[in-house]
Amino acid sequence: MALGLEAGLGDSVLTTRLDEIINWGRQYSLWPMVFGTACCAIEFMSAAASQHDISRFGAEVVRFSPRQADLMLVCGTISYKQAPILKRIYEQMPDPRWVVSMGACASSGGIYDNYCTVQGIDTVIPVDVYISGCPPRPEAVLDALIKIQEKIQTESVLVDRHIDFKGILD
Amino acid sequence: MTDSLTDKLQVIFPDFEPRKVLDYTVLDVDSEAIPQVMKRLKTYPDLGFSMLLDITGIDYLTYPQRPAARFCVVYTLRNWKKNWLLQVRTPVADPDRGVESVAHLWGSADWAEREVYDQYGIIFRNHPDLRRILNHWQFEGHPLRKDYDIFKGQVCYQADSLEKEIRARLTAKGIDESTMQDINTEIMFLNLGPSHPATHGAIRIFTALDGETIIANVNEIGYLHRGFEKTAENRTYNQIIPLTDRLNYCSALMNNIGYVKAVESWLGLEITERAMFMRVILSEFFRVQDHLVCLAANLVDMGGLTNYWYLYNEKEASYDLISRLTGARLTSSFTRIGGMYRDFYEGWENDMERQLKDIEKGVNDSLKLVLQNRIVHDRTQGTCVLTPETALSYGYTGPNLRSTGISFDLRKDDPYYNYEAFDFCVPVGSYGDIYDRMMVRFEEIFESIKIIRQAMKMIPDGPVFVDDHRVALPPKDQVYNKIEGLANHFKLIFEGVKTPAGEWYDGYEAANGELGFHFVSDGSGTPYKLKVRPPCFYAMGGFHEMIEGEMIADAVINLGSINIIGGELDR
Repeated sequence: MALGLEAGLGDSVLTTRLDEIINWGRQYSLWPMVFGTACCAIEFMSAAASQHDISRFGAEVVRFSPRQADLMLVCGTISYKQAPILKRIYEQMPDPRWVVSMGACASSGGIYDNYCTVQGIDTVIPVDVYISGCPPRPEAVLDALIKIQEKIQTESVLVDRHIDFKGILD
Repeated sequence: MTDSLTDKLQVIFPDFEPRKVLDYTVLDVDSEAIPQVMKRLKTYPDLGFSMLLDITGIDYLTYPQRPAARFCVVYTLRNWKKNWLLQVRTPVADPDRGVESVAHLWGSADWAEREVYDQYGIIFRNHPDLRRILNHWQFEGHPLRKDYDIFKGQVCYQADSLEKEIRARLTAKGIDESTMQDINTEIMFLNLGPSHPATHGAIRIFTALDGETIIANVNEIGYLHRGFEKTAENRTYNQIIPLTDRLNYCSALMNNIGYVKAVESWLGLEITERAMFMRVILSEFFRVQDHLVCLAANLVDMGGLTNYWYLYNEKEASYDLISRLTGARLTSSFTRIGGMYRDFYEGWENDMERQLKDIEKGVNDSLKLVLQNRIVHDRTQGTCVLTPETALSYGYTGPNLRSTGISFDLRKDDPYYNYEAFDFCVPVGSYGDIYDRMMVRFEEIFESIKIIRQAMKMIPDGPVFVDDHRVALPPKDQVYNKIEGLANHFKLIFEGVKTPAGEWYDGYEAANGELGFHFVSDGSGTPYKLKVRPPCFYAMGGFHEMIEGEMIADAVINLGSINIIGGELDR
């Protein structure tokens, strides 16, 4: 039995907090945009295939257009040549947007500590969740997705995210 | 056979002395003679080197026995009919003067020379479009020169426009203002990539369109350039194996095998029988995996998502066997110089047989959807045709070359690891269109399974590592109890496997074609230089020849059908 306000209003309305209801919606209908460049993208393919089935978490509608996506998965090495493209794609995504850095290369440059590899994409765009591994297993991708969902829960629609971020290309 | 090549070379080029390295021939030539020598090598019927496999530069700045000229350019050529492999070396004292371009003789030279220019700063005179290819356009300096610091990164602020290049391509195709008046419209420029679902990685396909028809195309690569070759110069031979995993990451173990095979060939190491059989079984198993991913992705591009489940799920299921064997799903690092990291585990035969049956079922299910499918036929047959001449000129190898009807496969023509003892066919296509490329891969899956089954019957017992203190770590009781064992272990780990000073090339039939490694050794445990000859790089170099005149949607599935893997393309 409903108590309080809802009991008086019958089945016509539901009361909640704005952040709560919006975050609930955002969290279970993430639309990933896969910025796949290398080996990690193959493991993302596995995460999307039947056995690991990313759709159990409400994130199976993989968009390749950044304008239709709110979760960017950077799967693979980002070179200096690629960095301006990564930044532009990120900027094309509508707010709110979240970024997962998948694998050692995206997170830190990984084994490629050399002249052409960006030493972590967080020098170019803000990152919310990092996944370790070279490449990470599909379970780790799902784990990161849950982490993002938990993070969304704690956010507020009234607060802009990452407004003071400044990367090497800014 | 190679002896007759040596004789012919001596007759045709009396000024230069051919010499034998491993089982191929090397010809040292003055840089001024390059245009004439290369022309003869290509056009003389007696020589007939129709394929230019690779061009690479060498910087001898810190080499112990430094020759007079600082740089050297090496051309690797193949006559596929007679199975001759030839390397032409030419010293380059002044990189700004450089050597004459051979891009008018072989299509593959276009990109190969650009790469040498990009990495070493050697000019190729009269090259049609000499600019950077792997590094970005704002990059300064040449990273593979020995005086370039490996950690010196350079930020790129803006992508290249490519406008000049596409206009040049339009002019080369004879399209100008009058054509535009004829077609009564303006040319539309469209970028596919670098971040696009159809590119399977990061490649930029820049097209000039008339309606939906591609009239000119220019491609840009290098987005996944990770500095493999520079990094390899700072690693010991065994430390490079994990780097090779990440070349063609759809078939990581094949790269491992190709790499150690190349090092072992120079060391003159004969690996054990069991290790050879393991390598054959795993090569073929990973060839199947590679083709499964290629076909799954290709058919998804065509709209056949069900095929993705049928084919990719079998790859996913294979990871059980692979991770049980190697400890990793994707990046196996399973070989070592001198053998294999481990033997097969107990009961692998049953797992393998079950997996092969499942793969056969998945592939047959997929074929049921494809073989009689009118839509697939209409979309793939007769589109993006690759002629045998173009394929050879651009250095296509592997399934892409075989789809044009050229039956060249290193496993048959230059067998290693007892491949001559196995009963298998080399599937060839007849038209070189997308359909042929797909079907060659489908057939190769069945042929590979055949080889695996034969090898499983014949595989002998025994060690999987050679008993040779130059490469094999001593047993642990010797390391702990004997000073010689400890010292040997220490030296092998810290200094690496020592290779005799010299230079050599070795090719291997990977899933995508000929995967070659060109080494320069200074006698230490670290390669002085290591160049990969990636099959994808040259397949992409000829991509525009296939899609010009076709529709934009055909370009998308064509890219899938030649199986471009970024890690190998850009290294």
